Amino acid sequence: MDIHEYQAKELLAGFGVPVPKGGVAYSAEQAVYRATEIGGARWVVKAQIHSGARGKAGGIRLCPTDADVRQAAKDLLGKTLVTAQTGAEGLPVHRLLIEQALPVTRELYVGLVLDRKRERTVVVAHPHGGMEIEEIAQREPAAILREEVEPAVGMQAFQARELAFGLGLAPAQVNQAVTAILGAYRAFRELDATMVEINPLVVTTDGQVLALDVKMSFDDNAMFRRPNVAELRDYAQEDPREAEAAEHGLNYVALEGDIGCIINGAGLAMATMDMIKHAGGEPANFLDIGGGASPDRVAAAFRLVLTDKNVRAILVNVFAGINRCDWVAQGVVQAVRQVRVPVPLVVRLAGTNVDEGRRILKESGLHILTADTLAEAARRVVAARDEARVGAA
Amino acid sequence: MSILLDEKTRVIVQGFTGDKGTFHAKEMIAYGTNVVGGVTPGKGGTEHLGRPVFNTVKEAVANTGAVASLILVPAPFCADAIMEAADAGIRLVVTITDGVPAQDMIRVKRYLWRYAKERRTTLIGPNCAGVISAGRAMMGIMPGHIYARGPVGVVTRSGTLGYEAAAQMQALGVGITTSVGIGGDPINGSSFVDILALFEQDPDTTAVLMIGEIGGPQEADAATFVKEQMTKPVVGYVAGLTAPKGRRMGHAGAIIRAFGDTAAEKAEIMRSAGLIVAPSPAELGSTMAQVLAQPSARPVMVQR
Repeated sequence: MDIHEYQAKELLAGFGVPVPKGGVAYSAEQAVYRATEIGGARWVVKAQIHSGARGKAGGIRLCPTDADVRQAAKDLLGKTLVTAQTGAEGLPVHRLLIEQALPVTRELYVGLVLDRKRERTVVVAHPHGGMEIEEIAQREPAAILREEVEPAVGMQAFQARELAFGLGLAPAQVNQAVTAILGAYRAFRELDATMVEINPLVVTTDGQVLALDVKMSFDDNAMFRRPNVAELRDYAQEDPREAEAAEHGLNYVALEGDIGCIINGAGLAMATMDMIKHAGGEPANFLDIGGGASPDRVAAAFRLVLTDKNVRAILVNVFAGINRCDWVAQGVVQAVRQVRVPVPLVVRLAGTNVDEGRRILKESGLHILTADTLAEAARRVVAARDEARVGAA
Repeated sequence: MSILLDEKTRVIVQGFTGDKGTFHAKEMIAYGTNVVGGVTPGKGGTEHLGRPVFNTVKEAVANTGAVASLILVPAPFCADAIMEAADAGIRLVVTITDGVPAQDMIRVKRYLWRYAKERRTTLIGPNCAGVISAGRAMMGIMPGHIYARGPVGVVTRSGTLGYEAAAQMQALGVGITTSVGIGGDPINGSSFVDILALFEQDPDTTAVLMIGEIGGPQEADAATFVKEQMTKPVVGYVAGLTAPKGRRMGHAGAIIRAFGDTAAEKAEIMRSAGLIVAPSPAELGSTMAQVLAQPSARPVMVQR
């Protein structure tokens, strides 16, 4: 789960990480009010979307006057911002962060991630921040600093100190940087983050160390024990179908193709999509209906897949273990009767009680194409898609 | 022979009396697994499915001689249950539970390292289908009847794709020694490498099928291990050709973030390390059948 920059800054400030003075605004009037409240002579108006690379996309405006703040807010609010990371459809701007603009002398990179290879939290730092970490790593890999956290005791002050000195900070800034890094680590651990990125961590002309831009992601599996983080979820930044899927206990990811997929198990879903590709098709979605393929859940899956207007055919592939095929077949038949499915449907069942399952599909009187193997299922659904295309043309 | 588990292994179930525990314990017993009891805190002293229930894993071990535990407790309590089993001296813990926080797994793995190698617990999972030694015993939730007995070791991140592979092999008359689901989370109790090492040592396993997916460094590590340390042929597959970058494909660990995370890159790494990569997920069984039909222990080395 991702959150907005202003939310991440509020969370980190709670752990002692110094951040610029600022506040959130939902309207142009509120933006001007925030600027007045913050004080100073110049402000930055930052579009709040779940994406980086906002600056290049015009989502961050430097404003020398109140009038500029108002104008920037008017420009950005309600707009859809397309960045290098959002994809062509972009993300809607409903909130702004208004901050004091500060002159800086240095921009550094500090990031905390869950390292899957080392199975530990790793803190990464680099003396040249402000770019994406991939770019930093490509340009100057030798200057990357790493500290691995021992899980039994957590991050130690000396590790943060090593990073701060390694970044070439003056002694006056080292203590501030140590506070920032240790604070970010405590936030990471105590909020079940999977990523905290301070990019850049800056040194201002008057010698302050501040987290100028911040990104945080969280472990979905841990949100049950982090209600104060879970409530920060902004559904406006997500595909509404994915949010709806989650409500039904389904796992849905929208893709670009035209063959809808309804499958049990994440690995089998990915493999079935691979087979569709091998057969010359493109999947319209990833959809894992999980272990309990109950009629309600299957019906919800059909409705969800059909909200995608690109879908020209649907493939249901269920390998029934505990849920026997006859039960899954009944679920599919009920769901198809309940939800009108206007495109060709191929159903492949395998596993426990498969013959009974196939009989139920056949005797349902519904127009359901069946397949015995994964390869046959993929071929049939691609062929059905092609026929539907010809029919439409 | 088999790895990790056979019909003699004394197994307990943590979360024994719950709905899931009851259902799967029954299936395991029906398959021939030596389930000697279970643990549900507060229900110690009672009986369930004709077996004793204990309050703690230590009591269960002391009274039944259990050496393996299947964990079917909800995610918030899972890390605690694993550490309890490890502390009680259980040698094999299989965790089916989905949704365990990653930081809990970091702590669990650190905890397991407290113990000297001779008594260290092997953890399988979480978020996996479990372990089955074909025709002998199972600790997990898989449909036992699709696993024929034979010479192939299977290790997979995905549950249902593992079923697909077993069924394809069964249809071709190819059997299995043991099938191990290592789970779809970013941090697993046992890695591909851990399980490959066990299959390499097992005299009855003559070839291994390894099914990976997008995300994380495990498949590449396994490829290096196969190249440097294995004599047995390994057939590989990596699911997720069509997965876009940065999107989680169901499993917590199935997400492309960095270089080497995609299915195509992993398959290429496997190929260059000498694994035989199945051309598609519909050909897992047939690729393995071809490998077994070749006389050489390491057919791919002959080809190169």
